[in-house]
Amino acid sequence: MLEWVDWRFTLLLLSNGVLIGLMYSLVALGFVLVYKATDAINFAQGEFVMIAGLIVVGFLNLAGLPLWVSLVIALGAMIGFGFGLERVVLRKLIGRPIIAIVMATIGLAAILRGLGPMTIGAGTKPLALPIPDEPVIAGPFFFPPIQLVGGAVSLLFLAGFGWFFLKSRKGIAMRAVADNQQVAMAMGINVERYFGLAWAMAGVVSALGGVLWGNLLGVDVNLALVGFKVFPVVILGGLDSIPGAIVGGLIVGIVENVAAGYIDPYVGGGTKDFAPYVLMIVALMIRPYGIFGKRMIERV
Amino acid sequence: MIHRECGVLKTTYEADMALYPLPIAKYTVGALLVLFFGVVPLALDDYYLSILNLVAIAIVGALGLNILVGYTGQVSIGHGAFMSVGAYTAANFATRLDAPWPVNLLAGGLMAAAVGAVVGIPSLRIKGLYLAIATLAGQLIIEWTINHVTFISGGVQASIEVARPRIGSYVLSSHRSMYFFLLTFVVIAIVGTLNLVRSRIGRAFVAIRDRDIAAEIIGINIFRYKLLAFAISSFYAGVAGVLYTYFLGIANYEQFQIVVSIDYLAMIIIGGLGSVLGSIFGAIFITLLPIVIRIAMETFGGMLFEQQTVLNLIANLRLMLFGVLIIVFLIVEPEGLNRLWRNIRSYFRVWPFAY
Repeated sequence: MLEWVDWRFTLLLLSNGVLIGLMYSLVALGFVLVYKATDAINFAQGEFVMIAGLIVVGFLNLAGLPLWVSLVIALGAMIGFGFGLERVVLRKLIGRPIIAIVMATIGLAAILRGLGPMTIGAGTKPLALPIPDEPVIAGPFFFPPIQLVGGAVSLLFLAGFGWFFLKSRKGIAMRAVADNQQVAMAMGINVERYFGLAWAMAGVVSALGGVLWGNLLGVDVNLALVGFKVFPVVILGGLDSIPGAIVGGLIVGIVENVAAGYIDPYVGGGTKDFAPYVLMIVALMIRPYGIFGKRMIERV
Repeated sequence: MIHRECGVLKTTYEADMALYPLPIAKYTVGALLVLFFGVVPLALDDYYLSILNLVAIAIVGALGLNILVGYTGQVSIGHGAFMSVGAYTAANFATRLDAPWPVNLLAGGLMAAAVGAVVGIPSLRIKGLYLAIATLAGQLIIEWTINHVTFISGGVQASIEVARPRIGSYVLSSHRSMYFFLLTFVVIAIVGTLNLVRSRIGRAFVAIRDRDIAAEIIGINIFRYKLLAFAISSFYAGVAGVLYTYFLGIANYEQFQIVVSIDYLAMIIIGGLGSVLGSIFGAIFITLLPIVIRIAMETFGGMLFEQQTVLNLIANLRLMLFGVLIIVFLIVEPEGLNRLWRNIRSYFRVWPFAY
């Protein structure tokens, strides 16, 4: 009897981990897109998600617009924000040491964290989606529908971006920019515009992430904490790899769920935030470029 | 610091490296010492002295981070965690062993140095962005450990009360006495850093920052010096953490969360990377920023908004202004307040001529 319960418990943890992991992948995808194209590290990815969620909630609850209109507005706003950010801040920092870009995005994160609650208020707001609440039960598993939708959206986006980079003209140009900016420029590619495009794409991904995570957790400043999970995901998967974002997300989702399920009762909570980072440290020591990343890391 | 010379006529390396390039520098330093040890504590009341105490602690911490980031070029987002290691070590020494404050201070600093060196180990294999993320992991793991291991954190609330430091039979309980106590350590930290960066170790740090491969080729043991940079930087952080614990009278992990690490990074970026004076400017600036905003909003905000809105604005304005300042400094003046100060000085040095 006991063994059966344990087996069921483990499977449950695993299946939930997979779904949560896919939603992490979606957020991490925004980070990967920017890093792949511009070599910039976005420490404000979680804040992107938060601000997108706040925009949707703002138009949905406060202005009373329908969901799809709010979502379109949020998408538009995040695209504009991405282009604007690249133009105003990041372009000025091209060629500067890594700490400059890290600090600039940390500064950006602080601005967004202040701006969000100042304009829309500090309380947690629910973000209702037209998705039923009852869990879908299939044999020993049960899935919350929002996580199923989240997983599906993530996979869709990941496939879409995979196609974009492999087949489309713009995607190939973006890979060229990522590979060698000077050669790309010599081939007639407008490098700066593609930098802007990369940030705008990160904005789009964050808008979707904001809606899904906002539905799951409620929208407030703490939504930005999702961003902390991005680092283990991208380090495990490889900073510049889209499949890496999926695999990294799955690993982090599963590890944190299983670890939380088995260790939390003994230490009193918090394992979810702790376990992925331990895993990440190990990955950094053994394979810093990640599972799918380019082996370009500079060794010391 | 504040002096005018006529012509640079240095003929030896010793003269170039001297702490006092001109006799007048000695008088300037003397005047500053008199100002801060004599005039300031007499002129200001307890409230302002408590603010200065916070500034003093921030200066010690910022100097430490600047040794690592500014001089050695290793990014660290774990400074707050190293401070907490120092704070909890000292608190445990104080409550369990009833040790006097010099022992606690040293133990806190050394423990932080040891932990810092361990967190710095990844720097031997990775650098730049990867190191930033590794130290971020260090921060989160240390935070979690302190919060969840009751042996360290003293159980509920993860906070330990610490008795005030005493010298002989005199207990440093007022803000005024704490001011002298903290200022002493600020002076030690400043002199220590100034001497460190012009010593063999400091020059090795700068060589590693500028080009690590070249540094290795001229015979600098990168392994040793990188870990040393992490250890020294964390020692400062640990001492700052202990001082903060004595200032508050309590060790609490909430005072050393990731926000604090970012505050310290902002201090040295806004102040100026790789500069002692810059660390001091940055520490003053970032510590005073929220206080100035609060005073300004309490004075003028009431005319424009309602009370509740003002309170909401204070917290958020601080964050936004903080972010804007970091970005503006990065774009407009990457060398920070220290560079602005040098510009002002060189303007007046040749005044009334342009150059």
